[in-house]
Amino acid sequence: MEARSRTRSYEFLEAVTSDLSFVARGPTLEEAFAAAAEALLAATVADPASVRASSELRLRFEEDDLELLLLRFLAELVYRRDAEGLLLRVGRLELVTGKPSRLEALLVGESIDPPRHRLETEIKAVTAHGLRVVPRAEGWEVSVTLDV
Amino acid sequence: MPVPSSLRQLGSALWELGKGHRPGMRVPVRVYATKSLLETMDAQVFQQAANVATLPGIVRASFCMPDAHWGYGFPIGGVAAMDTKRGVISPGGIGFDINCGMRLVRTGLPWEEVKPHLRALVDALAERVPAGAGRRGFVSLERDEFCEMLREGARWCVRRGMGTPDDLSFTEDGGCLSGADPDCVSERAIQRGHAQLGTLGSGNHYLEIQVIPPDGIYERECAARFGLEHPGQVAVMFHCGSRGFGHQVASDYLHSFLKAMPKKFGLSVPDRELACAPFGSDEGQRYFAAMKCAANMSFANRQVILHRIREVFCDAFGRDPDELGLSTVYDVSHNIAKLESHEVGGRRRRLLVHRKGSTRALPPGHPELPDAYRDCGQPVIVGGSMETHGSGRAMSRTQARKRIRGEAVRQRMAERGIYVSGASLRGLAEEAGFAYKDVGEVAQATEAAGISKRVVRLVPVGNVKG
Repeated sequence: MEARSRTRSYEFLEAVTSDLSFVARGPTLEEAFAAAAEALLAATVADPASVRASSELRLRFEEDDLELLLLRFLAELVYRRDAEGLLLRVGRLELVTGKPSRLEALLVGESIDPPRHRLETEIKAVTAHGLRVVPRAEGWEVSVTLDV
Repeated sequence: MPVPSSLRQLGSALWELGKGHRPGMRVPVRVYATKSLLETMDAQVFQQAANVATLPGIVRASFCMPDAHWGYGFPIGGVAAMDTKRGVISPGGIGFDINCGMRLVRTGLPWEEVKPHLRALVDALAERVPAGAGRRGFVSLERDEFCEMLREGARWCVRRGMGTPDDLSFTEDGGCLSGADPDCVSERAIQRGHAQLGTLGSGNHYLEIQVIPPDGIYERECAARFGLEHPGQVAVMFHCGSRGFGHQVASDYLHSFLKAMPKKFGLSVPDRELACAPFGSDEGQRYFAAMKCAANMSFANRQVILHRIREVFCDAFGRDPDELGLSTVYDVSHNIAKLESHEVGGRRRRLLVHRKGSTRALPPGHPELPDAYRDCGQPVIVGGSMETHGSGRAMSRTQARKRIRGEAVRQRMAERGIYVSGASLRGLAEEAGFAYKDVGEVAQATEAAGISKRVVRLVPVGNVKG
């Protein structure tokens, strides 16, 4: 599966046999993180475009490095879906890199509505396997493996 | 497939990769597999097993079972025993789905009697055992009750009339790991799991009605001990774990170990998913106590599911569970870490054994066996049928989806006489039979390696797919 919007893109990979891996890209680090959240949503629900922005959630995290920050951010989205039934994507996201690195996000989305949202894969967790946040000539790329 | 050239054959189904394979290995890698299974293994399996061999305190070898496949961090189908003083505990060596396991339940019913009820039974099971993403159970517990269940595991269910003492006798560790401490579990894990008791989950989880085929009994005496006596006898097999609760426990501790490793323990690992803490450290002990809570949640989950199966069969046949002969053959975990006593180099040692996608196999005479199995050993339940969730993936989910559509899998199963109630067509495609190793060959390899013997083969007739 490959998806592109004006600035964000993600791609699910073939290689890992048991899990679900993807790379997500963006012209900025913030856009790459947002693309990763979009990939997670696409793995969760058959038609991610059906998710309306009717509620908001603010998050703020601090971690020692960008990989840990990405892990914590995506794990939060997995938790919100499983515990609270929320389907979320990034509305606005700011990152400050350093020691520590900081993330502030405004997430938008809605509660699962079974007639409109056909749930696909149940994501158990975001793994740390092969987790990468790397700068590329054209922006940033993140690699993530989900346990499904 | 590129099998490493340094792999040496030690026996008909045993191979070794020496410590020189990569820097930092403390022990060799040992792989149990026939030559043809070995050739289906991805190169990553050997690399991952070699990574595990670098972990502090690993004893004897980093082991791979015949159905080993590339996972996150540890290979799936991997076993690693750690010294309890010098060794580490690693959530990645257990998996996020803590105590994911298999339960096999026999009935006294012949296929001819079940056949007319099959569709109704499968549909009722799909209704009573919620499956698929985001499904909640019929039991939603208050916090205190949930914590009580975390301490007691399947015993908690039996106390509430959802099972029999015999169910506990035929469950690994009696369905309860002692030392489970809910204080070591986050509020988030409880929030995620408290309404999921009695649910199957999605992905590779399933519940099947199965039948012993005419040529399905290999070891008559042993099979009789397991109460599996005649071709045509109907059984129920299911595969599931600790649901969102276990996933959150593992995620919480993976995160805390990743933070503590460099700062507090001065540890580094070749793959961050191998994150670990010294077993004796406060962090290590807290994770072990939290992992036991998740293991108990999983034992309880499978016990509640059995209770639902009994209700469904009783309603369909108008008889009670005893008359229907609905009894647990065995319940065994394949994602767990346990303290066990093993002989190493001629002396008994207490070891912390990690099993990820691997099942223990107690030999005849082992004191932990239920009396009825004392002279035949523990049943090893190798899940995976012709079409849904085989044993050890050989193809990615995305590849499987590209090759077949869920509806076609359902159709193909119907042609083979298997009625399926699938929550997700996408899931059905991902779990198509060709995406897995051949289960018969996996069972054969365990026999060739002297790990276990083929006793009974069951084939599916009805399937509830997660």
